Amino acid sequence: MRVVLAEDLALLREGLVSLLESHGFEIAAAVDNGPSLLKALLDHRPDVAVVDVRLPPSFTDEGLQAALEARRQVPGLPVLVLSQYVEQLYARELLADGSGGIGYLLKDRVFDATQFVDAIRRVAAGGTAMDPEVISRLLASNTRDEPFGRLTPRELEVLELMAQGRSNAAIAQALVVTERAVTKHTANIFLKLGLAVAGDDNRRVLAVLAYLNH
Amino acid sequence: MSTELAEETRLDSHVRAPWRGARLWLLSWPAMLLSCALISALSMIGLGVGILLVPPILIAMRGLLDVYRDWIGQWTGQRIERPYLPGPEFEPGLNGHVKRCMALLSDPASWRDLMWVFADPVVSVFTALLPAFLVLYGVWGLLLGGFAGDLITSYGGNVWYGWIHVTKGYGADTGTRVETVLLGVAFIALGHLTGPKLLAVYGRWGRLLLGPTERSRLALRVQHLTETRTDAVDTSAAELRRIERDLHDGAQARLVAMGMSLGAIEHLLDRDPEKARLLLAQTRESSAKALHELRDLVRGIHPPVLADRGLGDAVRALALDHPLRPEVQVDLSGRPDAPVESAAYFAVSEILTNAAKHSGADRVWIDMRHDAGMLRITVTDDGRGGATLGGGTGLRGIERRIGTFDGVLALTSPPGGQTIVTLELPCALSSPKISHS
Repeated sequence: MRVVLAEDLALLREGLVSLLESHGFEIAAAVDNGPSLLKALLDHRPDVAVVDVRLPPSFTDEGLQAALEARRQVPGLPVLVLSQYVEQLYARELLADGSGGIGYLLKDRVFDATQFVDAIRRVAAGGTAMDPEVISRLLASNTRDEPFGRLTPRELEVLELMAQGRSNAAIAQALVVTERAVTKHTANIFLKLGLAVAGDDNRRVLAVLAYLNH
Repeated sequence: MSTELAEETRLDSHVRAPWRGARLWLLSWPAMLLSCALISALSMIGLGVGILLVPPILIAMRGLLDVYRDWIGQWTGQRIERPYLPGPEFEPGLNGHVKRCMALLSDPASWRDLMWVFADPVVSVFTALLPAFLVLYGVWGLLLGGFAGDLITSYGGNVWYGWIHVTKGYGADTGTRVETVLLGVAFIALGHLTGPKLLAVYGRWGRLLLGPTERSRLALRVQHLTETRTDAVDTSAAELRRIERDLHDGAQARLVAMGMSLGAIEHLLDRDPEKARLLLAQTRESSAKALHELRDLVRGIHPPVLADRGLGDAVRALALDHPLRPEVQVDLSGRPDAPVESAAYFAVSEILTNAAKHSGADRVWIDMRHDAGMLRITVTDDGRGGATLGGGTGLRGIERRIGTFDGVLALTSPPGGQTIVTLELPCALSSPKISHS
């Protein structure tokens, strides 16, 4: 799997390179600023990009802008955005085109290599990986609104884990219930959010999108 | 103030101007009474009693002249600021009275006030009152032409109206009566036509004597700057203390704990690897917590979206995290200076927190725009109203902080109605940054 990496701190960049290489990824390019990131994304067309939000030269949201621009030109290009902070606003912008293949994680999630690599793989496969912190802040501010007000607390928990990009099996494990129960919950969620019966994977992305975008 | 002027049509202002002028003229009567009282009190300064009498009279006079300033501002659009120099703190006892009296008498504005109350009765008759006089004279003409002329002549009297002599035989002379009525109508029209102009002339006269001089303007400015500078220094000192405390209790303490754990792990590594593993997991958790705390701290100092995108998106991001989900309208063509931007952001943040805590509102609207060198932010909620600047709402604190940038805060919050907080910050916008994408 080919990866383009953008991170301006040399230490962290090298750390990420060795982490990814040791997990069998091939580093197509490792860059340290916004313009060369955009160029690398368009030249290499990687299977997945791992991008730091804040990059030189402006040290603002340069990485995010480059990733969004690349996705405008290459729809569905999988991008995992890393940041010191997670902002709902940025999560929405990333998910806005509705084509999936988006991850948005806090930088310290890198500490847990297995989960981090899992997240990259999920994003590369067109799924989503939202940081639990984005999700919990969403929950804190959104549960009064329709249609999410109609979800039961358990269903919200399931949706939260779904938004993080977990599979039914992983959700079942996290909530200590059977996978059958999780399947029932997800079906209820899809029903309550009015998502038509279609490919389950796509509906999962749509549920998360509805969740973030309503 | 200016809104009333803006809402008024030209016709309205022509209709109302004569009566406004008359009201301004009527004000000169209590002013004259006060001036007589003042002269008597001043003459008694030598006797000592004057020292006690002069200050209340001068202050009452200031109050009355404030009415002039207010009305002139409302009706002519000439905003007149108060010119008075800040007085010393009042001390009790004879010494305090003497000091207060001297401070008031040495303020040139007091003498300009006195000049105003002497001159205004004359000036106002020829400016503010003139339109009302013309209108009333016109009405008199209508009455003469209607029935009064007939009545007067039938009792053998006679009067002049303009060039028309109302005398014997007037009642039967329809031509002259019509002429009288037409003349009366002309006077009424003239009164209404000249009303706003004459009122404006009167406004300029008011500005001349009632407004601040260059010296008092500077003195007031210095006072304002001193106050806001003190506030700014206090606020930033308090902020630094908070940051220091947060770092000390939070991240710093965690790093110390992590260092100690790592030392322990080093010892345990050979003897008890299982325990070491447990400690390692704890240490990693500690480091995550330390990061989390640092993150929150930085968010409180300079929010990332504000740094990345500026005020508009930062407030949008704030709204997304807010339980009431405010609707945000932004019309900014660029970014204000970083300090202004930050002050505005934290002001909005605090107003939103207030709205969520106290107002009982279901909906909140935020509107941000920049025109005529002024950043204007309005936060409206549909809560129960009745908010005040004091009373622990923190609005006073916001007012102080934006005061550093000459910003002002206005609050409308009738009980049971919408609460509207308006912030105005004078600032220029820099051109928007060119997108790098």
